[in-house]
This record gives sequence, structure tokens and C-alpha cells, in this order.
Amino acid sequence: MIDYIKLASSKSKGKRPYFHNDPAVERVLNITMAVAGELAVMRERMDTIERLLEKKGLVSQEEIDNYIPETKEEETQRQTWHSEYISRVLRIVQQEMEELENPDKTIAEIANDINKM
Amino acid sequence: MAAKNLPPVWNKIAKHAMLPETNHDERARYNFLSNLNKHLAHVSQGNKVAFEKRVEPTFVKNNGRAIASVDELGEAISKDSHYQIWSSLRRSTMEMRQQAGRSIVLRQAEELRDKAEKLNKGKSTLVLDPNCKVPEYLLAVDNHLMPGSYHTELIEGDVTPAANYDSGIFVTTAGLLGRFNDGGGKAIASWVKKTYTDFAPKRILDIGCGMGHNVLPIAKAFPDAEVIAIDTGAPMLRYAHARAIDLGITNVTFMQMDAAMTTFENESFDWIQSTMFFHETGGKSIYKIMKEIHRILKPGGLTLHIEQPQYTNDMSLFEKFIRDWDALNNSEPYWSKMHDIDPKELMVSSGFKEEDFMQIGAKAENDLDDGSQKADEPEDHGRSPIWNVFGAIKN
Ligand SMILES: C[S@@+](CC[C@H](N)C(=O)[O-])C[C@H]1O[C@@H](n2cnc3c(N)ncnc32)[C@H](O)[C@@H]1O
Repeated sequence: MIDYIKLASSKSKGKRPYFHNDPAVERVLNITMAVAGELAVMRERMDTIERLLEKKGLVSQEEIDNYIPETKEEETQRQTWHSEYISRVLRIVQQEMEELENPDKTIAEIANDINKM
Repeated sequence: MAAKNLPPVWNKIAKHAMLPETNHDERARYNFLSNLNKHLAHVSQGNKVAFEKRVEPTFVKNNGRAIASVDELGEAISKDSHYQIWSSLRRSTMEMRQQAGRSIVLRQAEELRDKAEKLNKGKSTLVLDPNCKVPEYLLAVDNHLMPGSYHTELIEGDVTPAANYDSGIFVTTAGLLGRFNDGGGKAIASWVKKTYTDFAPKRILDIGCGMGHNVLPIAKAFPDAEVIAIDTGAPMLRYAHARAIDLGITNVTFMQMDAAMTTFENESFDWIQSTMFFHETGGKSIYKIMKEIHRILKPGGLTLHIEQPQYTNDMSLFEKFIRDWDALNNSEPYWSKMHDIDPKELMVSSGFKEEDFMQIGAKAENDLDDGSQKADEPEDHGRSPIWNVFGAIKN
């Protein structure tokens, strides 16, 4: 099977533009925005759960607080989630490494190339 | 009180057999990104303010003259903090959209491939050609930051580039193209029916059909026509064909072919259409393709091309600059060069008559529009569902 977690965060062709004077700002901003996204995802999921619980009157707050994974499969599912999550949040670091390994032309240079194609 | 102009939740997208499976969090991630896109269209308004209030005055003060070119403007505004934060947020959002889409489709690459194979098996309406070369301009860049572009196959029989495109365009356009993302094709089909009431095309060609969003409404509007849709990307065609079959549209043949050198006979089509295609080609190919269109279009035949809005002479430098932002920063490089080509000149030099040239404006037909998407929304440059259509009737 393909390494779908790594591939999902691949960079696209062309040198990445940076807009802040210090590229570190860009890096941190990208990580922060990804975290912001994941917080929104979690908020939506909690919203779903709370609405379902409320509708069905099924699970108590205490049960949730005390829950730990019960099977190997549950453990694996949880750890896979973390692995995907971290790759998503740290996308820019992976892409900078890819650029380092494979230095790219700027899009303006590519535009000039393409203009001759 | 309800908030204004909310984008539709992702699950409003029309379902079909090829649409990738999504779980709760994947849909939530897309919902976040649609909202972030909408939000950034508002943040973008600050660029004009920053430009007028501080970038331009500072330039004039330092240089004793006005800004003279788009390049000079780009250099000056690149130091502005609002422009910097908007740019970096927009770039980041577009990268996140790709990451989100790819993480959905790549985990189910095999399942999607199998679904396509099942629907495509034994059908003569999908014609792949392993000898068809991907044009070098497509190999030079990943258009709109889509890693691997339209052609890369991560597994044999891959359809993931198309599945990613299909599921994500609803997010980048905030649903403004409708549930099937086909607002452009619908608009052009209606316009043609309304304008040429007697037009009964027997053969229609769609070039650069991608995963077929905009050719299907045309095929549906002209069910008796034989429609051929060509693209160089095999993953796009496999997905497009399977999707069309599942949606019950059977009068389209999807073929892997380079639009610059087709195998069609002279004067063999009544209508040749392209949608959001030419700005992803190249400086020489664009002429080759238009000449090819002229060659295979019947006398009296119609050709129309839906494209990004044109630069006009009365546009301010700022307007031109901001319209080109996507070209360089969302990796659509040829779009920044295509401005230098006058569509009329392109067509005339390819054999069309000057007096036959036409240009119209088109707006997407959006089946999700319930009136809550207000016209007073800021225009999201590069993504708004308003286009320039140019073309001709060949005489
Ligand atoms: C932005 S997509 C077009 C989307 C599609 N027309 C639609 O409306 O949904 C551009 C497509 O053009 C294809 N393409 C680019 N150059 C081509 C050529 N010379 N011949 C055939 N297809 C080409 C690409 O593979 C890609 O799928």
C-alpha cells in the first residue's frame, strides 16, 4: 500500500513563495493554522456527540472521563489518528525538507519555460 | 440572528458512485476550509486599503513619482504587513485544502480504482491511449498546488487525482458552482440553447474535460448529440467516465488525446467547447490547439471557451496585480502569461474570421443558491463563478 499519510502532505512543484520577512514566521503560521483547523474539526465532532447523546440519553460524563482503549485494535486506531494528525499539522516542515532534497525552479521561471513550450 | 453568507456544508455536494467515502472529521475539515476561504475573501479587501493608505504614499514619498508597473507594485506591496499575512494565510489554506483532499482519497486509492474499474469494464465509451504523452507544460508545474497534477498514477489504474479534484473544488469555490460543481457547463448549455434556438449539434467535442464536471450538462442538454471529451490525464478520464455512467449519462465518449494533435477528421464537429482550460496550457501550445480546433470544426460550427476574466486596459495596476496573485502563488503560471494574448488575435491567427469573433460574460448556474449568497460579497479573485467566454462561429 502507498504511504498515504506522507503522500497526502507532499509539496507541489515550484519553489514555495514566502511572504513574511522571516520564513520562520510563515512556518509557525502554517502549523498554527493547521492546528486551528483540527480544533474546528474536533469542535464539530464534539457537537455531533453531544447532540446524539442528548437525543438518546445514553452516556454519562463520568464514563467518558474514565474511558481507556479496550483492545489492540482500539489502541492502533487511536495511534494512527495521532500519526495522521501530526503529519497534517507539520506539513510545511515536510515540504521544506522535500524542497531541500529537490531544489525547484520558481513559478515565474516555470512560466517562462512554459511560454516556450 | 443568522450569520451572513455561510458556505454550504460539504455534505450538500451531489453524491455519485465515484465520490470518495468521507468520515465525519474529513467532512468537518472541508467545512473549516470553506469557511476559511470565505473569511479570507474579506481579509483580501484590506489589501486595497493598505495599498492606498500606506504602500502607494510611501512609494511616492521615496521615489517622487507614482508606481509605474505591476512588478513595481508587487515589490512595494510585498513589504506590507497586511498583504503578508493575507498572502501567507491564503497560501496556507490552499495547501491545507490539497492536504485534506489527498488524505481522503489516498487512503482509499485501491477502493476507488476498483469502483472505477467495475463501472468502466467492457465499455467502448472510455478510450485510453498509453502512447498519449502528457504535454511538457503540464509536467513543468502542479497546477493549483495539486501534487502530481492530473496525470500522476500512484497505483496502477489510479483515479485519485480526479477524486481529490472532485471533492475539493466544492471547498475552494465555497459551493458556488452548485452541487455537481457544474455551474459553468450548465450556464453555457442554457446560453447556447437560448441564443441559437435551431442549433442541433450532431457531434460535440470538449477539450481538456478533466473529470467531466462541465461536459455532462452539455451532453444532458443535447441528448441526441454524440459527445467526445478529451484529456491527457488517464486518471481524470477513468473517473470521469465512471462518474458519467453512474449518473446515467451515456452519450459521452472519454478519450485520452492531446488537444494539440487530435486524430479527428477535418470539419467533423458542430461544437467545440473548453472550460477553464486554456490558462493551464502553454505559450506555443495555445496556438497549436486553436489551429487544431479550426481544422476539426465544421463550417457553420460553434466554438466557445470559458476562461478567467480578461485584463482590461481600464483596470488599475492594483486590480491587475491582485488578479494575478493566484497565477504565481496558487501555481497557475501560464495564467500570468495568457494576459498578453488577445483572444481575438489568437482566434484570427488560427484561421477564424475577425468578424466572427464573439465575447460574452457568464455566471455559474448554482442549484444551491437560496438567495443567501449575496451579490455584495467581495469578489474572490481567481475563484469567483463569473467568467469571460470567447469564441466564434466558423464561416
Ligand atoms: C482545469 S482542468 C479542466 C476542467 C474541466 N474542463 C472542467 O470544466 O471541469 C484542465 C484539464 O486540461 C487537461 N489538458 C491540459 N492540456 C491538454 C491537452 N493539450 N490536451 C488534452 N487535455 C489537456 C488537463 O489534463 C486537465 O485535466
